[in-house]
Order: sequence, then structure tokens, then C-alpha cells
Amino acid sequence: MIVDLAIIFLKAALVLGVVLNLAGTLGWIERKSSALIQDRIGANRASIFGFAGLGLVNTLVADPLKFLTKEDFIPPSGDKFLHTLAPCMALFPALVTFAVIPFGDVLNLGERTINLQVANLNIGILYVFAMGSLGVYGIVIGAWASNNKFSMLGGIRGSAQMISYEIAMGLSVIGVLMVYGTLELQEIARDQGTLMRDLLPTWLNVLQPVLGWLPAWGIFLQPLAFLLFFTAAVAETKRIPFDLPEGESELVAGYHVEYSGGKFLMFFAAEFAEIVTVAGLVTTLFFGGWQVPYLLRDGFHFPWGATLLLPHLVVVLLQVGAFALKVVFFCWLQILLRWSVPRFRYDQVMRLGWKMLLPLALINIAVTALWIVAAQ
Amino acid sequence: MIVGLQHYLILSAVIFSIGVIGVLIRRNLIVILMSIELMLNAVNLTFIAFSRYLGSTDGQVIVFFVMAVAAAEAVIGLAIIISVFRHRQTLDPQEMQLLKW
Amino acid sequence: MDIASAIFYLLATLLVIASLLVVFLRNVVHCAMALVTALLLIAVLFITLHAPMVGVFQVMIYAGAIMVLFLFVIMFLNPATLEKQQGMWWGFGTILAALLAGVLIPLLGRDELPTDSVAATELFGSPEMLAKSLFNEFVLPFEIASVLLLVAIIGAVVLAKREHRA
Repeated sequence: MIVDLAIIFLKAALVLGVVLNLAGTLGWIERKSSALIQDRIGANRASIFGFAGLGLVNTLVADPLKFLTKEDFIPPSGDKFLHTLAPCMALFPALVTFAVIPFGDVLNLGERTINLQVANLNIGILYVFAMGSLGVYGIVIGAWASNNKFSMLGGIRGSAQMISYEIAMGLSVIGVLMVYGTLELQEIARDQGTLMRDLLPTWLNVLQPVLGWLPAWGIFLQPLAFLLFFTAAVAETKRIPFDLPEGESELVAGYHVEYSGGKFLMFFAAEFAEIVTVAGLVTTLFFGGWQVPYLLRDGFHFPWGATLLLPHLVVVLLQVGAFALKVVFFCWLQILLRWSVPRFRYDQVMRLGWKMLLPLALINIAVTALWIVAAQ
Repeated sequence: MIVGLQHYLILSAVIFSIGVIGVLIRRNLIVILMSIELMLNAVNLTFIAFSRYLGSTDGQVIVFFVMAVAAAEAVIGLAIIISVFRHRQTLDPQEMQLLKW
Repeated sequence: MDIASAIFYLLATLLVIASLLVVFLRNVVHCAMALVTALLLIAVLFITLHAPMVGVFQVMIYAGAIMVLFLFVIMFLNPATLEKQQGMWWGFGTILAALLAGVLIPLLGRDELPTDSVAATELFGSPEMLAKSLFNEFVLPFEIASVLLLVAIIGAVVLAKREHRA
């Protein structure tokens, strides 16, 4: 009993530590990527004994120190309690969502089998959506407590955008849930290990030599759902191209204009933690999670018959490494997206969410349902 | 002391009574609506407690429908509050006495 | 006092405090935030009562959507003035509610109700069981609920529209 609790605490601490550290490192990656894309060097002035480390010292040491030592300013006519509560409410769902994302298969230590996922809920993905809907509060309360018209405008826009894209996000995932038949994320990740040749219906057998060797990843079974989900998730986190709520050139930083110091750092950290969470979700639902193609629990089983048996620890390390690689790739993709694409106007954002993503998601559900019925 | 069904029912009764206080005392339409939501949630808690202690899923399905109806009712209530506020510029139920004799 | 009872008493105390804050705070936004806290605590209680689906619906729908709507309306209407309290109604209302509680609590605390919980299987309260009930026995209320929500949306849009003076 105590050992079980200790294992859960260890997993939670590990996940929390990795997510927060990755969120911090993403700040540096974002600055350096933007510098490379814009053909400049980026921040490299802060240095310790002459070691500037490509801007690492600046972003990872100097910036947090600067934020934490700034004066904590609460607008005098604002609401003191809510002003302090808002960044906490923004950061909490961003960190907690990672509890259901599986980062590996099982780890066998002696006679103990450890499921490499902090919480294996039977409601799985619904928990993610529940935490996503709690994320709206940070924006709304932050905007209200600042007692500032620009804040209010940014907050209203931000929360309206978030609740619109929550719907598109939820509906686009239903196709994936129908295909894999379960809500639990670990089961979805495990089911993506089967090869396509076991799933193709008989009237598509002619395509088997071409497609049969692919693993049944979500991207091959539900490509439209991937595009819809990725777009909706990026809009949910209010990154460019959807960042009009915090539009730096229009709204003077929108809903967090009255925040400075540690509280602004919390909003910032919440945004980067959401990037990591979106990357984790996309990986788990559409790219096989921790699956390495053809790697089963005892080693590689290639479709042309060759097998390569590996010890258990190597398999686990390969799987966790594959998961980490995929998550980092999608974080990088979102950063690349931010610095390449101009931002949408607000009415364009709303039109995209309601008039384009929502009908497409519904059509995806209908087509998937018809396909599943026809394939039986 | 093992927590039994009575504990959950008494907790629901207490929350329900607090909601009733809210509806009777407050002179702000929005807070009255929020107290009604509190009462609905106390009833939901009763349903779920019974569903657990009698072993049937019917209670949970009923709560599902209560939530849907509560959402619809909150939406309509807030729309009414907005249109009343536009006419009367106040949220005080004492001011809305045109239908009294 | 085992862990389950301790958790229940902790949640119950916090829930009663949150409900009292909803009813007795002066600032409407603070009341709304207290109600959000109460709803989240009730969701946790649902999860301890082996109803994870309903618990997560409570967070998604009630705390995540309905209360955001409340906050929108509060900020839109911006009630700047605090309400006046009338002393007689405070006392009268509290006495009435105390009477109600006084009737309900002994009624519900009787010993004839089953105290032991029926052994719950792994599937109890899971998505599968809820879906089986919803789509077999309760399919008609399910469809009617969707029509009800549609009617509520249309009604709200019509009610809250600005009148255009021709």
C-alpha cells in the first residue's frame, strides 16, 4: 500500500518535473528559433564569467530571476484576491492534464508491474477536456481583476475563443475514440501497435502490399481528425496564429497587461506547459504515443519475419525515448508555426471555429461511423 | 465511523437549506440563480449517493439529465436577467413589482 | 476513522463553507467563484461515490461552462452598487431554512436506510454502463434533452437580443 503510493508520487513528481523543465527550455528554444527564422542572433548578452551559452544563461537564468524579483503590482482599484488567484487558475489545468498521458508501456521491476502513466482513469480523455474547460477561468478572472478596459477586451475575446474551440477539439477526437473503441489513453496507445494489414477490410485487400506494413497510428486512420484537433488545440492555447486575446501589437498584451513579476511568469509558464500538453495529446492520439514501429514487449518483430529480441529495460527506454522525441517534435512544430504565420483577425477566428472546424468534425464523425459499420 | 448513506443525505440536506437561505435572503437576481444551482447540486448529490448505495446506475443517468436541464435553465434565466436589466437598470427583485396587486 | 471517512469529512466541511460563502458574500464575483469551488468539491464527492463519468461531466459542464456563462453575465451587467439588506428578511429567511434543515436531517438520519454500500464492480459508473443505460432504457429522454437544449439556445438568443427600433 505504502509502496504503491510512493510509486504514484514518484511518477507524478517525474512527470511534473519533466513538463515544467521542458516548458522552461521551450522558452529558450522559442527565442533561438525565432532568431534563426528572422536571421538574427537573439538574446545573448547575459553571461556568467563570459559563458553565454547561446543565450541559455539569458533565458534560463537571467529571465526567471528578473521576473521573480520584480515588484508585485496589484492595480489599486482591482480585486486583490482574484488578481492573485487568476495566474494559479491558469497554471493548474495546464500542469494537471499531463497526468493521464502515458509515457511508456509497463515497467516490470521484480514482480511489480508499473504502468508508465500517472493515473489510469477509465474516463481518460474526458479528464483532459474537463481540465481544458477549467482553463478559461484564469483568463476571465485575470481580465476582470485587472479593472482595465484592454484587459477586459482581451479576456472576453480569449474566453470566447477558448470555449468555441473546446467544442471543435472534443468533436474531432470522437472519430479517434470510435476507431479505437475506448476512452483510456493507455489503451489507445497500445492499440496503435497493431499493423494495418490486420485492420483492412477485405474489399481493400488490393492495397495490402502497399499499406499493410504500416502500424495503425491515428494519423493513418483519421487524418482529418488530426488536422482539426491540432488546429483547435493550438487555438485553445492562444498561440499565434490565434493569439488576438493577447495580441502584442493590438491589445497591449491583452488580459495579462496588469501582471508583472512572478504572476506574469505563471501565465507564461502556463502557456508553455499547454504547448507540451498539446504535443503530448497529439502524440498519444495520432502518432502512437510511446509506440516504436514493430517494437513489441520482447523486441522487434518486423513484418518480413525477422525478429530482434531485446531485454525489457532496453525496450522500455526505447519507448520512453520515442515518446519524448515525438513530444519535442510537436513542440518544435508549434514554435515554428508561431513564427511563420500571421495572426488571424478575431472574426476570422470565430468563423473558423464555428463555421469550418465544427461542421468538418461532424462530417468526420459521420464518415467514420459509416466506415466502421461498412467494415463489419 | 464508517461513512454511510445517511451522511451523504444529511450533507445534501444542509446544502439544500443553504441554497434556500440564498433564494430567500439575497436581493440580487444573479445570486438567487446561483443559489438555485446550489440546490440542484444538492439534489444531484442525493441521487448519486443513492445510486452508489443501492447499486443501480439509474441515479447517475438521472443526474446526467438534471445537468442538461440545469444548463438549459441557467441559460434561459441569465437571458431573462439580461433583458430585465436592460429595462430596469437594476438587479433587485424588490424593484420588479409591476405584477403585484 | 479510516482514510475514506477522513476524506469525506474534509470535503463535506469545505463544501459547507463554500456554500455559505456563496450565499453570504457581498461581491457577486466572489460569490460566483465560491460556487465554482463548491461545484468542484461536489465533483470530487461524485468521484469518491464511484461515479467518475458524472464527476467529470460536473467539471466539464457545470464548473466549466455554466459558471463561465454566469461570470460573463456578471461582467457584462457590471453590478457596481451593493444591494441593500433588509433586516427582517434576513432573520425570517434564515429561520425558514433552519426549519427546513431541522425537518430534513432527522428524516434522513434514520437507521432504516442501508448503511453498507453494495459491492461495486469495476464497471459501475464507468462509461460503458452509463452508455448502456442511456442508449437502451433512457434513449427517449436523451433525444428529448437534445431538443430541450436546442430550444434553450434559441430562446436565449431571442431573449437577449438587442431590440432594433425601426
